[in-house]
Amino acid sequence: MAVHSERVQTQSPESGKAAVATIETSAARGDGAGTAKKKSARPADGRSIGSRLAPYLLLLPATVATLGLLGWPLLKTVLVSFQNLNARQLVQHLTEWNGFENYTEQLKDEQFWAVTGRSVAFTVLNVFLIMVGGALVGLLLNRLGKKMRLLLSIGLLFAWAMPVVASTTVYTWLFETRFGVVNWLLDSLGWHSMAAYNWTGSQYSTFFVILLLLVWGSIPFVAFNMYAALTTIPKELYEAARMDGAGSVKIFTAVMFPNLKPFFLATTFLEVIWIFKAFTQIYAIKAGGPDGLTRTLPIHAFLEGSGRQHYGTGAAIAVLTILILGVLMAYYFRIILKQEDEL
Amino acid sequence: MRRSLIGRTWPNVVAVVLFVFFAFPVYWMISTAFKPSKDIISKTPVFVPFDATLEHFKTAVNVPKFWTYTANSFIVTVLAVVISLVIATLASFAIARMRFRGRKVFVLVIMAAQMAPWEVMTIAVYLISRDNEMLNSLVPLTAFYMMMVLPFTIWTLRGFIAAVPKELEESAMVDGCTRTQAFVKVIFPLLAPGLMSTSLFGFITAWNEFPLVLIINKTDGQTLPLWLSSFQTAFGNDWGATMAASTLFALPVLILFVFLQRKAVGGLTDGAVKG
Repeated sequence: MAVHSERVQTQSPESGKAAVATIETSAARGDGAGTAKKKSARPADGRSIGSRLAPYLLLLPATVATLGLLGWPLLKTVLVSFQNLNARQLVQHLTEWNGFENYTEQLKDEQFWAVTGRSVAFTVLNVFLIMVGGALVGLLLNRLGKKMRLLLSIGLLFAWAMPVVASTTVYTWLFETRFGVVNWLLDSLGWHSMAAYNWTGSQYSTFFVILLLLVWGSIPFVAFNMYAALTTIPKELYEAARMDGAGSVKIFTAVMFPNLKPFFLATTFLEVIWIFKAFTQIYAIKAGGPDGLTRTLPIHAFLEGSGRQHYGTGAAIAVLTILILGVLMAYYFRIILKQEDEL
Repeated sequence: MRRSLIGRTWPNVVAVVLFVFFAFPVYWMISTAFKPSKDIISKTPVFVPFDATLEHFKTAVNVPKFWTYTANSFIVTVLAVVISLVIATLASFAIARMRFRGRKVFVLVIMAAQMAPWEVMTIAVYLISRDNEMLNSLVPLTAFYMMMVLPFTIWTLRGFIAAVPKELEESAMVDGCTRTQAFVKVIFPLLAPGLMSTSLFGFITAWNEFPLVLIINKTDGQTLPLWLSSFQTAFGNDWGATMAASTLFALPVLILFVFLQRKAVGGLTDGAVKG
């Protein structure tokens, strides 16, 4: 959730007012007495050792936590990926290094490449639908009247707030074979062969359910952000464009899009990262099935590692996944850092 | 500029359709939970549960250990959020207000940590917990959930602290406060909305967490997401009870959202894009 952080700064108008009031009082009092005495407490100049150490002390707990609880598992993943660690070695607490064997094994494995290709295709299609859908819903929010906007926002909030495990369970129920409301709807719309359709019986139909679940759950975030971004575009720009005779398409490409480009880029990459590492939805719908045909990389790593107790293999798949994510994140940061002047 | 009748109507029609698309699954979950079983498995779906029943909720709550799982979920989530708030408040004050060497590196690490690939690190977390003989315990869950929400908490609080004008703090110090007192008395009270929205998102993240608890707590120390995901398997086709369980699980989050929605969504969406 990185994109949202910035706007918080713009957020507290009350505190702004309070500040002005306090400054006035302190100015009226004159700052002769207090400043000299308190100088040591300030980090600015003539800093004492204590105040120079202060930031590091404040960061200490966070640093320790990050190293121990994030850094260590990350390192451990890399270490295990170079080990032959199966059920036997695990029980007997053996450490058997086997170099790059887990990696070469994976890189030669057809299934690994099938899973990787599937993950990429799945992510691309999903993010495309989320971004287009989210942008359109955002545009719609911007165009609607107050009441209808509230209605749609409530619907979006529901989908957004819904816990993932709960929504996954609900989707299994919606798409249930015999009593699911989706099959009933398709049947009563005249598509009778769908009356008892088993959605999780084949690869594409299972992916369809997962895709819909992810798109449904992800659009609200994009739509709200899109709407918020649209409201920051000055009205005069639209008016000027209209005076010049621009139609709605032209207004979108010439006025809205250039203003929204940073938003699009940042959100797209965030979604790519989120979707690429999505686990719960895919696992809870069918655990990568049928026949492992909906396995994506995180699911594959989990099933090989924990499911089959080939921890070394699982870790190697995990490291390869992390490398792909790392490349994506590097791009994301390039975009963010370009926008971020104050860091 | 006047729009034609169709031009004025279609956005509203689309809005209603979209509202149904987004809200229906939530509605369907709640309504199924209240329907008597015969309505759930009727040929034509019953859309409004007129003869509502609490029977499914009773089934869900009477699952052995339901209350243990609920307690586990609450303990782990609340502890994780509270600890991360404490650690994050200290850290975010440093990066929002102080200049020091290594600040930029720290900020970059925090930004990257927000996107940590926890989903594929579960194997390592499992092995670490096992080596410390902490499988099926709440300690690793609390610690790692804390870490999952920490970066976001630091990053968001940093924004809130930066929003408090420096002069406010300085004038408090002029008036004789120490820097710590200035923070506690001046900045901290102004952070309330920030603390609320970050804890909301921390709560949701930890409450929903699934992959990690799936791998490290197979017997004891299970939490509600695990309970819910295994519900279907355990109860076959008792969709009424499954939906009642989902409703119970989703309830705390939906309630929190309704309460904190204004502030949280404000915090989230105010200029999602800067500049």
